[in-house]
Amino acid sequence: MKALKKTKEWLGKSEILLSLIALLLSLLVSSVVIIISGYSPFEAYGAMLKGAFGSNYYLAQTIGTAIPLIFSGLAMAIAMKVGIFNIGIEGQMIIGALPAALLGTYVTGLPAWLHLPLCILVGAIAGGLWAMIVAVLKNRLRINEVILTIMMNYVATYIVDYLVNYPFRAEGKIIRTEEIQPTAAMTTLVPHTRLYSGIFLALAAAGILWYVLKKTCFGYELRAVGSNPDAAETAGVNRKKYMLRAMFISGALAGIGGAGEVLGFYGYYISNMISGYGFDGIAIATMGRGNPFGTVLAALLFGVLRNGATGMNRSTSIPGEFIQVLQALVILFVSTPGIIRVVQKSWKRKRFAQRKEEVA
Amino acid sequence: MYAVEMRNITKRFHGTPANHHVNFCVKAGEIHSLLGENGAGKTTLMNILFGLYKADSGTIRIHEKETKIDSPMAAIQQGISMVHQHFMLVDSLTVAENIVLGHEPKKGIFFDREKAFEKITEIAEKYHFQIDAREQVGNLSVGVKQRVEILKALYHESSVLILDEPTAVLTPQEVDDLFRVLRDLKKDGKTIIIITHKLKETMSIADTITVLRKGETITTLPIGEVNEEKLAELMVGRLVSFTIDKKPLQSERPVKMKLSHITVSKGGKKSLKDVSLTIRGGEILGIAGVEGNGQTELIEVLTGLCARYEGTVIVGKEDVSRSNAKKMLDYVGHIPEDRGKRGFVKNYTNWENMILGYHTRPDYITKAGILKRKAIQDVTRKAIEEYDVRTDGIEQTTGSLSGGNQQKLIVGRVLMHHTGIVLAAQPTRGVDIGAIEYIHSQLVRLRDEGAAVILISADLDEIVKLSDEIAVLYEGSIVTRKSADAFTERSLGAYMLGHTRDEEVQA
Ligand SMILES: Nc1ncnc2c1ncn2[C@@H]1O[C@H](COP(=O)(O)OP(=O)(O)OP(=O)(O)O)[C@@H](O)[C@H]1O
Ligand SMILES: [Mg+2]
Repeated sequence: MKALKKTKEWLGKSEILLSLIALLLSLLVSSVVIIISGYSPFEAYGAMLKGAFGSNYYLAQTIGTAIPLIFSGLAMAIAMKVGIFNIGIEGQMIIGALPAALLGTYVTGLPAWLHLPLCILVGAIAGGLWAMIVAVLKNRLRINEVILTIMMNYVATYIVDYLVNYPFRAEGKIIRTEEIQPTAAMTTLVPHTRLYSGIFLALAAAGILWYVLKKTCFGYELRAVGSNPDAAETAGVNRKKYMLRAMFISGALAGIGGAGEVLGFYGYYISNMISGYGFDGIAIATMGRGNPFGTVLAALLFGVLRNGATGMNRSTSIPGEFIQVLQALVILFVSTPGIIRVVQKSWKRKRFAQRKEEVA
Repeated sequence: MYAVEMRNITKRFHGTPANHHVNFCVKAGEIHSLLGENGAGKTTLMNILFGLYKADSGTIRIHEKETKIDSPMAAIQQGISMVHQHFMLVDSLTVAENIVLGHEPKKGIFFDREKAFEKITEIAEKYHFQIDAREQVGNLSVGVKQRVEILKALYHESSVLILDEPTAVLTPQEVDDLFRVLRDLKKDGKTIIIITHKLKETMSIADTITVLRKGETITTLPIGEVNEEKLAELMVGRLVSFTIDKKPLQSERPVKMKLSHITVSKGGKKSLKDVSLTIRGGEILGIAGVEGNGQTELIEVLTGLCARYEGTVIVGKEDVSRSNAKKMLDYVGHIPEDRGKRGFVKNYTNWENMILGYHTRPDYITKAGILKRKAIQDVTRKAIEEYDVRTDGIEQTTGSLSGGNQQKLIVGRVLMHHTGIVLAAQPTRGVDIGAIEYIHSQLVRLRDEGAAVILISADLDEIVKLSDEIAVLYEGSIVTRKSADAFTERSLGAYMLGHTRDEEVQA
């Protein structure tokens, strides 16, 4: 009972309730769309759930899909905390992925305990430095970060595409790099699925981020810069330094996410392997309300949706695109808290009225 | 006939009532002053009238007709406009564009900019507003911004105008201008509701007063039946002392801080010119002056927020010229002039805001950089208690406190962390008289205990009452500095307007 009350309090305070309501609303509205299109929502959602959870294999796929999503979501969350809208996550993931692949391929003779962490570290540093360029330009020249990060995405994509197409291209038809050494590979947890040991890294990252933001002086100053830069400055906090630091961490998280896909799933860098993660990261962080654990949950949800769509295509005649409608609705509702507050209020009022009747 | 009748209004936030069966009635064509302590529920009540909050229960009648006001749009349609404590203007738009926003005059489907300029200029002329409709709002001073807000109300042809603490940010001159406008509006038959903590202002402008205390209506009276002392008593519920007990100056007053030949240039203009100041312990140094004469720059130098200046700053024996804000916080406690901007982080809890600026002190973090939550919360509880901050507790976000209570929290934070030098800029802005009395007594206590207090205030009464010495800033220079007794209110005013020669001042 007490635990329930505590959970309730936590839900109310952390605004995660809002996200849940958003999810319910989007499920509802999508049902209407599905019905109008002449299908059954039960069949659709059933297929979706089956596609996402139907067997150990599907479940592993779902969680595995969430790994890079967790990283991109966390990357977005920390950037948002310091007040930067980092649309460049995709570029940072790509920039992190390629060096990890190259290091994993061309450095030989290292033991696994050194080789793998080194590859991850290089991915993190590459992504972090790439993201930091944005902060430097923003600090120095006051360029808007949104435009800047979008441009940087193009630059990253084209540079890496060039490198993969020419100097580092492996033999064969597919545009990709050579296989990495076994010493650089992460363990696949369930055979033939995307679920690799990177999930532990992702969960640890979320935990550490939560702790740092909430409990440390670093997190305290960082959040202050994000919410009220003038007050932070007055309190002796160096704004620019925090922009740099936060962007580095954001890019590093993205870089690890990208590197993880190479080291844990593909085994090489393949052109276009990272697409859509940047924008999903924005939605996931928004849905997680900037809370690292909320972000993990939201990433898992997006994992469910992505795999559910595949499931729907496989086992029903209902187009999997409906999931994209659902996903878009989730994003819409999450980013317009106004709509949800209205719903929440009317619920509350009803409950209040009910309680009054009960008393009377 | 009543223009506004609010009856039995109750509004709760998380269970605690901010308004509890409040009755508030305003006659058409009068200026009605709404009074009460910080957190009494004035802003809440007005936000309900303006449709920003929805009352849990109660009725509203406008011009004798019962209505529902569920949005500011609806309020404006009913002829009600509100000028908020914090202005709601878009800096990048012109005056005229800001005013017509949402109700633009149209030519076909297009925005008719010329028509907007014309119309605004016409209204401005009618009420003798000095304002250029084509100016960008971002370039305007606070006083002029406020005029833009009032023009907005006039543009909507509102019959009821609500002003929430309009004078808190104005210079005395601007207050006079504002009151002239309000009297003109009254002559035009408009009804005006004004919230202010300055009882003098209430006495000079209001026809009727209503006092709220702890969310309840205490009384509504015509102005003829009250005086300042009575108002204070009604608000606080006890007698308030208007005078202050100060020990005589101690003979030994060591120099704590010394500014020599400080010059600050901003955008090619010198905003501080060769300012030298000696600040002694055991003394309150008042800096008087019309706002915009270099006060902000002086604050920035004293706090290290601006490190680009010529000249030297010495604390004790140490040269701290051009130190950054973090370093200066070790020496100078700073109560910021604009609390919303520099004073606190809105979405931080009270305990998080309590240590803002002091969060790197060993009392509050471990060597590993972890916040000592318990220690911080203990200090916060103590401050809330000592400074009488009305709040649900240490976990409430400071942004949801009433304005005056935010200020009390900040004052508490600074005074609990500093005993050497305190820079108090507008320390009682937006604070109720009970709390003013308390904050003043605390500043005097600091002085009596040997601290140096620098008081920068637009409120002449405050300067005169507290200061031992007064220096006057005019166009970036200190034009005079004398013992406070050597000034009369008149001579002080003359210095502030730039009359520096003694015969001019005397005349
Ligand atoms: N949005 C909100 N959420 C929670 N509590 C609130 C909110 N707005 C106001 N309150 C609480 O309601 C009470 C009344 O606040 P209100 O702002 O109306 O006071 P006020 O009379 O305008 O005070 P002041 O003179 O300091 O501006 C306060 O205790 C405040 O903490
Ligand atoms: Mg108020």
